[in-house]
Amino acid sequence: MWRRIFFAMTIWPAFAAPAGAYVAYVSNEKSNTVSVIDTESWTVTKTIKVGQRPRGIEFTKDGKSVLVAVGDDDTIQIIDVATQQIVDTLPSGPDPELFVQDAAGKILYVANENDNTVTIIDIARRARLGEVQVGVEPEGMAISPDGKILINTSETTNMAHFIDTATRQIVANVLVDGRPRFAEFKRDNSELWVSAEIGGTITIIDPTERKATGKINFAIPGLRREAIQPVGIGMTRDGKTAFVALGPANRIAVVDATSHQVTKYLLVGQRVWHMAFTPDEKYLLVTNGVSNDVSVIDVAALKVIKTIQVGELPWGITIAPQ
Amino acid sequence: MTTDAIKPRPGFSLTQYAVCMNGIVWREGLRFLHQRERFISALVRPLVWLFIFAAGFRQVLGISIIPPYETYILYEVYITPGLMAMIQLFNGMQSSLSMVYDREMGNMRTLLVSPLPRWYLLFCKLLAGTAVSVLQVYAFLLVAWFWDIEPPHIGYLTVLPALLLSGLMLGALGMLISSGIRQLENFAGVMNFVIFPMFFASSALYPLWRVQEGSPVLAYLCQLNPFTHAVELIRFALYGRVNWVSLAVVGGCAVVFMIAAAVAYDPSRGIGRHGPAGGET
Repeated sequence: MWRRIFFAMTIWPAFAAPAGAYVAYVSNEKSNTVSVIDTESWTVTKTIKVGQRPRGIEFTKDGKSVLVAVGDDDTIQIIDVATQQIVDTLPSGPDPELFVQDAAGKILYVANENDNTVTIIDIARRARLGEVQVGVEPEGMAISPDGKILINTSETTNMAHFIDTATRQIVANVLVDGRPRFAEFKRDNSELWVSAEIGGTITIIDPTERKATGKINFAIPGLRREAIQPVGIGMTRDGKTAFVALGPANRIAVVDATSHQVTKYLLVGQRVWHMAFTPDEKYLLVTNGVSNDVSVIDVAALKVIKTIQVGELPWGITIAPQ
Repeated sequence: MTTDAIKPRPGFSLTQYAVCMNGIVWREGLRFLHQRERFISALVRPLVWLFIFAAGFRQVLGISIIPPYETYILYEVYITPGLMAMIQLFNGMQSSLSMVYDREMGNMRTLLVSPLPRWYLLFCKLLAGTAVSVLQVYAFLLVAWFWDIEPPHIGYLTVLPALLLSGLMLGALGMLISSGIRQLENFAGVMNFVIFPMFFASSALYPLWRVQEGSPVLAYLCQLNPFTHAVELIRFALYGRVNWVSLAVVGGCAVVFMIAAAVAYDPSRGIGRHGPAGGET
């Protein structure tokens, strides 16, 4: 209340300062396309035809290419940002879904949903380096800030697998709630967050002890508990604020990442799934699968400022590094 | 309206006009301040709609983005402009009620014996009522802000001209109606035949595309309802935009209602013929 009164008395800029011109790429799972969004005009500037069922999408660390996992084509396609054409593929396993790069951007770890494996790929050589057998329906992928531990969550086994990147062996498993979808480390390596879609929770894990230390629950007045399905997680660089996509609840939960308390729910489109920050962290873009659009959140004001129509069933999103 | 009534009469300076306006607006302001119940009820009515009615419909909307909104909104955000217009609608009718009261009590005679033109006196009365309604709307917006109804900050400024125009239109309509009411008791009819139909057959509570789904005829009637355009004018202005069609309709209706009210209050043509109790003619 007092915070609001303080805001009311503060001179607040009428319009937010214009965003730096970044480019966001959104994978549209059903229309088999990638929509390119300009973050200055907030419009779709191009739609790129890709393989079948594009989901996981990420810029390479050098910002020159976009990798997109096309599950039904059992591969990862490489889009050249300069020409916006598909120029090559990477040899994943069957039905690749989400992936993560190492800090140097040389190695790619891919969760293959139908094969219960994580594939390790040398990006430059386009060569498969190996595979790690994990639980059933692997999906969420995260790499620890020091690059030593790779996390994979398996949807049906309900576990977060800790994989040693040097030995490529599972070194620990932590049981989480039903259908874990996504994993995210705090940048200081103090916490690992794993979302559970069916469980409706975020499990907080101590990465050193490899034990669950707490849980975040969500409650939205007027919504059934089953409708609240946490999926994507975005955390600010300072580790103070986290955003959690709540799927069919059509809300993004804002979480104080220190106290683990939910501070606000932001209304977005239907079945909100994944998200990406602009490099300056002014904006957070989230994909709304059922309403076929992307909502833009002003991170400082904690307000949804715009929603942009994209292709059918938008799933993943990535924004060009600075 | 007679020609004499329209022409500013020679012999009166601008200062005298200003003194007259000041007197009427000040009296209306004082009356409003002294009637705390009126202020509270003016605030409570829309808040009941916002806190109770909208709570039940919270999840109903939010599946379609319509201008001026640029993203998904909750139902309470949608109905806020409608409730702002409702405040002005009730205020317009309340002013008409007070004019009937003034006429019954004989205060109207005091006002209308002023040597200044009748239309000017009525316009000042209208302006005073509008100013009061604008204050009520801002008080409502302040409370609504704590309920997470947060339009863009510039919207609080850009909505002011829209509020003035819609306030004038609804006030003039109230004035026109009051000219036809001979006794206070008849005011209940105004509620049933004017306020409720105007409010419910508008875009205040539901977007017109939704009304269209249920009844195309009703949607058509809603589009003909000047109150719909007052709501849309306020809705767009609150988000720093102009709805030109609504602006034209509200502006046009305001002028027509004002002229009609001035004509109706002309003793030789309007209410003078009715000869109300304690009448001013």
